Amino acid sequence: MTAPVLSMQGVSKRFTLHHQNGVELPVLDNVDLQVHPGECVVLDGSSGMGKSTLLKLAYANYRTTSGRIQVLGNSGTLLEVTQASARELLQMRRETVGYVSQFLRVIPRVAALDVVAAALTDGEISSPAVVADARAQAAELLVRLRIPERLWTLPPATFSGGEQQRINIARSLIKPRALLLMDEPTASLDVANTRTVVQLIREAVARGSAVVGIFHDPDVGSDVATRRIDISCFRSNL
Amino acid sequence: MTHFEASPLLCVQGLSKRYGSFTALHEAAFDLWPGEVMAVVGESGSGKTTLLNVIAARMQPDHGSVHYRMRDGALKDVHAMTQAEQRLLARTDWGFVHQHSAEGLRMDVSAGANVGERLMGLGHRNYGQLRATAQEWLQRVEIDPLRIDDTPRIFSGGMRQRLQIARNLVTSPRLIFMDEPTSGLDVSVQARLLDLLRQLTQELRLAMVIVTHDLAVARLLAHRMVVMQRGRIVEMGLTDQVLDDPQHSYTQLLVSSVLQP
Repeated sequence: MTAPVLSMQGVSKRFTLHHQNGVELPVLDNVDLQVHPGECVVLDGSSGMGKSTLLKLAYANYRTTSGRIQVLGNSGTLLEVTQASARELLQMRRETVGYVSQFLRVIPRVAALDVVAAALTDGEISSPAVVADARAQAAELLVRLRIPERLWTLPPATFSGGEQQRINIARSLIKPRALLLMDEPTASLDVANTRTVVQLIREAVARGSAVVGIFHDPDVGSDVATRRIDISCFRSNL
Repeated sequence: MTHFEASPLLCVQGLSKRYGSFTALHEAAFDLWPGEVMAVVGESGSGKTTLLNVIAARMQPDHGSVHYRMRDGALKDVHAMTQAEQRLLARTDWGFVHQHSAEGLRMDVSAGANVGERLMGLGHRNYGQLRATAQEWLQRVEIDPLRIDDTPRIFSGGMRQRLQIARNLVTSPRLIFMDEPTSGLDVSVQARLLDLLRQLTQELRLAMVIVTHDLAVARLLAHRMVVMQRGRIVEMGLTDQVLDDPQHSYTQLLVSSVLQP
């Protein structure tokens, strides 16, 4: 079998709230998880159990209390996520790991089309050909996600929740990545768009991406999952 | 930051500074890489501005060192340079944007002359070319080039800050220091300035150290964040890490005190 893209070994996460009398919130304990290319692992469990926390640990958005997280980079090197420097983590996010949250953090004054194309141009001044190609790919995705063309040149700040979410999905999926972490990407989408997102996830998995996802809609979960994990097995008994 | 650079642009080690018995800065240390934007946050009096001034060689540290990678690749101790060398660095490869624009601009000369000054300092004398460059930079920072002969005294606060930025960027520096560049501006003006800064740092691959007390500014602009309290760096990490999962009790207090970081 090929090497896992994501490997978590004995990972635990505890929050210490210094201003609530130093109370400790144990969320995850002893997470052992390996995710391989072409797998779509769906996390199950009721809210507050730590599903999002697991994704955030893998993305290095949260800091691991103990244990080991490894991500297989594009060049075949293993990155020790809990030890990596800020720039190694940023490179990991640029090249290997995508994260789709429910919410778009809006960038003022940037047109929707360019928000989506940004992952391909990396924000730097790129050659006109690269920019044109990135925009063409972005446009294709926006069409598939039913964002009306008249919105493409507008900054997404004023878009509806569902439109913003689709922009967010498009910007995260435009660049093929080895690992996709998805936190309720279909939460506020209608049926047709949910089907499109399911299709996009399946295409990514078919291309060899590994996906770890949380889906509130059980149908979506069963449509995309190649494996399901109940998060409660990673709960600490503290 | 597409190209993975082999070495840092700036190496700060064990930097300390006292004012009498007051410790303004204690053992600050970090590396800054080309194209990297680092925010320094903390409440007033925490040592943010002292850190910035010491790094930018505007102030001598009591202990510690700041090394800068020159364009030829050599790593130089900025506090061991002669004043002339420091001035040259500050006027070419570095920029400094002040909180109060009056400190960073010449208020009684034209906007065009403000932008052209650093180039003239480097020996550029062709008036037509200087004026054309100034016009181009005014446009880039979204100031109407027709205002080129006006003095910044009659500019709005937001325009003055943008003029400061143009004045600094005209020599294509690789490192910019910013001290609270958005404080004192209206919220809408702030957003425009921030967005402009975000675009310029990305397009020009500028490294930046930005001092701010505004966590939203840090979130929008910075790759990394340093949290200071009583002259010490108490926490450091990716910006979203520090804001979303703060470890230190002071950082938790800062983050929880803001309505929407």
